[in-house]
This record gives sequence, C-alpha cells and structure tokens, in this order.
Amino acid sequence: MASSFSRILSSKRTIGVLTFVGSSVTAGLLLHREHVSAGNPVRRSYPASAEYPDLRQHNNCMATHLTPAIYAKLCDKATPNGYTLDLAIQTGVDNPGHPFIKTVGMVAGDEESYEVFADLLDPVIKERHNGYNPSTMKHPTDLDASKIHSGNFDSRYVLSSRVRTGRSIRGLSLPPACTRAERREVERVVVDALAGLKDDLDGKYYSLTQMTDKEQQQLIDDHFLFDKPVSPLLTCAGMARDWPDARGIWHNNEKTFLVWVNEEDHTRVISMEKGGNMKRVFERFCKGLKEVERLIQERGWEFMWNEKLGYILTCPSNLGTGLRAGVHVKLPLLSKDPRLVKILENLRLQKRGTGGVDTAAVGGVFDISNLDRLGLSEVQLVQTVVDGVNYLIECEKRLEKGQDIKVPPPPLKQFK
Amino acid sequence: MPFGNTHNNFKLNYKVEDEYPDLSKHNNHMAKVLTKEMYGKIRDRQTPSGYTVDDVIQTGIDNPGHPFIMTVGCVAGDEESYEVFKELLDPVISDRHNGYKPTDKHKTDLNFENLKGGDDLDPNYVLSSRVRTGRSIKGFTLPPHNSRGERRAIEKLSVEALTSLDGEFKGKYYPLKSMTDAEQEQLINDHFLFDKPVSPLLTCAGMARDWPDGRGIMHNDNKTFLVWVNEEDHLRVISMQQGGNMREVFKRFCVGLQKIEEIFKKHNHGFMWNEHLGYILTCPSNLGTGLRGGVHVKLPKLSTHAKFDEILTRLRLQKRGTGGVDTASVGGVFDISNADRLGSSEVAQVQLVVDGVKLMVEMEKKLEKGEAIDSMIPAQK
Repeated sequence: MASSFSRILSSKRTIGVLTFVGSSVTAGLLLHREHVSAGNPVRRSYPASAEYPDLRQHNNCMATHLTPAIYAKLCDKATPNGYTLDLAIQTGVDNPGHPFIKTVGMVAGDEESYEVFADLLDPVIKERHNGYNPSTMKHPTDLDASKIHSGNFDSRYVLSSRVRTGRSIRGLSLPPACTRAERREVERVVVDALAGLKDDLDGKYYSLTQMTDKEQQQLIDDHFLFDKPVSPLLTCAGMARDWPDARGIWHNNEKTFLVWVNEEDHTRVISMEKGGNMKRVFERFCKGLKEVERLIQERGWEFMWNEKLGYILTCPSNLGTGLRAGVHVKLPLLSKDPRLVKILENLRLQKRGTGGVDTAAVGGVFDISNLDRLGLSEVQLVQTVVDGVNYLIECEKRLEKGQDIKVPPPPLKQFK
Repeated sequence: MPFGNTHNNFKLNYKVEDEYPDLSKHNNHMAKVLTKEMYGKIRDRQTPSGYTVDDVIQTGIDNPGHPFIMTVGCVAGDEESYEVFKELLDPVISDRHNGYKPTDKHKTDLNFENLKGGDDLDPNYVLSSRVRTGRSIKGFTLPPHNSRGERRAIEKLSVEALTSLDGEFKGKYYPLKSMTDAEQEQLINDHFLFDKPVSPLLTCAGMARDWPDGRGIMHNDNKTFLVWVNEEDHLRVISMQQGGNMREVFKRFCVGLQKIEEIFKKHNHGFMWNEHLGYILTCPSNLGTGLRGGVHVKLPKLSTHAKFDEILTRLRLQKRGTGGVDTASVGGVFDISNADRLGSSEVAQVQLVVDGVKLMVEMEKKLEKGEAIDSMIPAQK
C-alpha cells in the first residue's frame, strides 16, 4: 500500500536510522532523483509525435520547455499513483496564456511528479524562479520570526498585513490527482490536527458541505470564504472535481489565523490582521505552522518537503516557501509615478489590486507582496517585503512633501 | 483521461465508502441509480482503453443538476463503456428513454422514401427545417477520453471522407485552429460555427481538452449540409434549409449519411452501432437514432394556450427557444423537435415532427380566427 509505505519510509526518524546504518537506498527512494519507482507504463496507441501538443500559439513556461524530444522521453512514464505527463501539462495545453503574463502551464499530481517529470519540471522551475537549479541547489527553510526587524509599518499607510503559504500532506496525492478518498483523508488529518490548537490559535472548522447559511454569510462578510474555482487554469487541471466534497475552512476565534482545506493545495495557511504589524502576523504564522506540523507528526504524518525544492505544492510557482507576504498599502501619489514599476522590480516586489491576483488597484491602494518563492527562506522573503514597503512609504512621504524620490539599486543577481 | 487518478488501481486500496461520491444533493439520472453497492461492484473495472466508472460519472458528480431539469449525469468514454458499466448505464438508459429494457431492440430506418408527406409545411409559419444526428467512428475512443493522437486521427479520416463527397454534398473543411478571421466571421453569420464548450456538463467530462486541436467544420457549397468534427461527438451531421420542406431536408440527411458511412467502411472504420442501442454516442441521451429533427415555427397564439405543453407531450415533441437547448423563445417562434431518440426509427421520429407540426400550424390558424381547438387535441402517440 503505497501511501502508508511512503509514510513509514519518509518519516524523518526512520531516515535518520537508515542513514546511520549506512543504507540510504530505501530512504533515498523518495528523495534521490534517479530512483523513484515508476508506475505502470502508459497504454498508448499512437507514437509520441502524433500525441505531441500543438503549442505554437502558447505562451507559458511548459510550452517554452516541452520539446518534442522531452515529450517523447516522458510520455510513457507515470508516477507510482499513475499520474502522467499528459495530465500534468493539460492545463497548459488548454490555456495558451497571454502575451504579457506568462503562466506556469503545468501542475504536479503528487510529490513524485517532481522527480518523474524532472526533465520538464526542472527547466520550468529554473525559468519561473530566476535561475534556481533544483538538481544542484538547496533551498533554505527558516521560520524563526524573531529575526524580522522594522516589521511594524506606519498604519496611516498600511491598512492590513497578511502572510500565506501552502502545505501538502506527504503520502496523499495533490488536488489535480487525488481521489475522493484521498481528499477526505487530507481533510480528516488536517482537521484533526487543527482541533489541537490552543489559546490564541483556538478555533473551529467549517466544512463546505455542511455549513449553515448563517455561517456562510459570516465567512463571506469576513472575506474568508473561498469559492469553487472558476479559473480555467485550475479547472482544466482537475482541481475542482467533486466540489465541495472534503473542502472547508478553519479559522481561530480571533479571526487572525485561517486554513483552507483542499482548494488549490491540501492546505493554504493564512495569518492576517488589520494594520501594519507584519512582524506579529509572521510570528503567528510561524507559530501556527510549527504547531500544526507537530500535531500531524504526533499522528504519524508529515508535510511534503525536500531540501532541493522546499515545501512541495501543486503549482511549481509555489515551491520553496510557497510564501506570499503582503500588505494593503495606500500610495496614491506613488501610484501615479511612472517609476513605480521599476522601483517594485528592484525591490523584488509585485503589485496587485486589492481583490488579489488579476484585479486592479482601487483608490491608490495596492496589494504589495514578494515576487520570489524558491531559493530564499521565509525570513528572507518577509524581510524583503518589510524593507520594500518601508521604502515605498518613504517615497510616498517624500512625494507628499514635494521632494524627489530615487529608484533603488537592483538586487545582486540571484542563482547564476 | 480525462483527469488524474480516475483510472488507476491505487485507489482500490481505499474502502468503498471512502470513495463513494456524496450524491445527497444531486438530481440527475446517474445519482438516482448509482448506489454504494453498485459503485463497489463496478469500481475495479476498466474498459480495454482504460476508462473507469469514476470517469463515467465525474460530470454527474460535478453538476448536481436542477430540481426541474433532469440531466443524464454520465458519459461513455468508448463503445465498450455501455457493456462494461451495464449495471449503471442500463437503468440510466431505461429512465431516460421511456423504460427501454436491456433486451429491447432498436430499429434503424434511414430510408427517406418511407417518410410520408413533409414537403408541404406552410412556410408562412415554418421558418426553417433541420435534422441533426451524431456518429461515432468504430475503433476510436470518444471525446471524453480520447488523446490528441486519436482525435487528430479521427479528424484526418473524417476530412478525407467529407472532402471526397460530390454533387450537392461537395464542400470544404475549415479546421478551427487555422481558420482565417474572414472565414470565422462568415461561419458565425451562417450560424454554423460551434464554440469551445462552456457548459460544465461537457467540460467536467473532459470534452473540451486541447481545444481547438483536431476540431473543425465541413459544409457543402450550398450551405445545406454541415458536419462538426470532434465537438461533443466524433461527428455531428446536420441538414438544414429555410422554409418547411422537411422532406427534402430529411432526404439530404439520409443520403449524405449513407455516403459518408460507405467511405468510412472502406477504411475499416464504420460507425459504432449495435442492434440494442442503435448508434453509439457520447451521451446516453443520444443513443438510438441520435436524431433531433425540428423546425423553427411561429406559434404565438398556440404557445400561450393552456394546453400547449400537453399537446406537445401527446405528440411526443419538445419545445426549445430559437437559440437551441436551454434558451427562451423570441417573438412566439419556437424550436419544435422530436423528444425520443431510442426505441423508434429515424423515419418514425421525423414523421412525428412532420405530422405534429402540421397539426399545430392548423391549430394556430384556427386560433387566429378565434375558433376553439379542443376537438383537434390528439390522443397520446
């Protein structure tokens, strides 16, 4: 039974023991690139050349890197759960992309996808994450919030602060590929763990299938409720199957710590509050994550993580930290300055509208967050946001006084 | 295909109750029939091409349905689906097709000469006439399941067959992915162009994958005969024209189908057909003849009569708006077509349309004169 097999194998204690006795083969099965056991070969009636997708109108990372040769090499392979290349790339085939916005164009169906389809995923990861090379580099994980400095913003400008990430439960397939039973198991494991949270993290789970109208209204008013995905980027990857079975939302009583279950990832973990105390938001974030991890480990589970890719999530764009730390910040003068784009670029930040990704800014209020996910730790990324937002606020203040602003220097080149 | 983990054996490690879908809020034929016991019995089966019950039912799980409109809630991935998942599909077929039994035989009759009349529907009322059906090509899997390679092979074979037609069927094929803007504009104006499916009933079944690869439209020079390639079925064949000469439309339909079938047979890829289910199509609702024969007809007075729906039911007809299924009628003009697909032949179904529409036009004329129509209301056909 592959799932319990991988759970036993991959528990850190077991790996420690096996390494100690010098036998790294079995432990390495899930960690070392070359030795992932393949699933049953794919039944195929047509040669790879007849199956190769037409990507001539496409602009996404998958289309850029999926050559006929790589397709031919990988098209007969499957992960132990039976996930295939065609399934991984379907979303990118169905969504050609936009000339200006380059989407990733593929997903992982399980942890092993990143190994079995490494010939395609590695170049995609490299392109998406500024040259990060999974076969040679290591990703740092650092959830020590005490290292953050200057993380309390001027609340005349910063309206709210938020940090989010995702976590996957090792041994269970990811949302594009999971069966109903697997998805329900994810829900059971996570909800069981969350029930163990205490004090400021004490909270409640609201299952999407059983929530009352009143509860639903409250969650909408709190801006917590997530909807069935309508974006074809997600639906073409199969993530909305069986909706709303085994989906739900957990939040603490104080409404500052929130977990989405079985949306685009097994879990999305969010810490947020009004105002500019990003440091406190990040402290709660780290504390909550570590608590949840401890609670699932007590029950024999763990998060998907490895030293090359950090935390494993459905979309390759969220590998590493999976972290997006951001603020809603009022920058009416700066928003009109043509140098804003360059300033953000050099600060390694991105802007979005206050509705989230693909929305427009309203009243000079932006959502500003980190661009990067992989190759830098959580602490590094949050500090980047802190430093960057402080800089933007300084610019706004200078513009208010009629003073000029400077475009900051670009950062040192990453990962070359 | 179409989605991950729907057809591997790994999930059999989980108990039936853990995998069985929650259908408590559902109103479709699949949900009414699929018990946990049935699911447990058939969940480890696969058709030779690898299609499983989870593939069959995904669209019905994702689309719980509507309290008033009963959708089918399941699709076939290949010809063998109807055999391998008999326990599920037979009762669905029976519910959808008026109690059709697993032992019943379906009659196919594409001999247009057997149609009586149909050439004299009043063009002042009957604006246009149309007959459509679908055909699946033997040896290939169906749109919910097929790969790009298969879909392209189906297209290639279809284009060869269709572009070799002559006489009134001589025409041209327009592949969706290389159509020019001018061609696209023209096809839209002719009401020929089909769009990427947006209905979740179809997208959740995986029928829109790889769009527009392998899809296209062929029509004859006269614009009266049209074939869609790789939309919801391998082929959708349509014969249509302005006015009420349904007889001519049906003749062209039958002749065209026969010519196309001959060419496919020569390539050892005839149409999927058997004597129990007739023509095999993706959706169980289209089995049998797969035929929808209909007219756009002006019935402003009759359509507001209290007995209109009753009359339609007795005539074995259904109404739709002029935009097709799930649209409203505009200006009293309705799309009236046969309700049945399985258990009666093409000729019989078109006969019902011809006779029924003729009667309804006469009723309309009576109502215009202020006369009653009660004596004209027919018995149940």
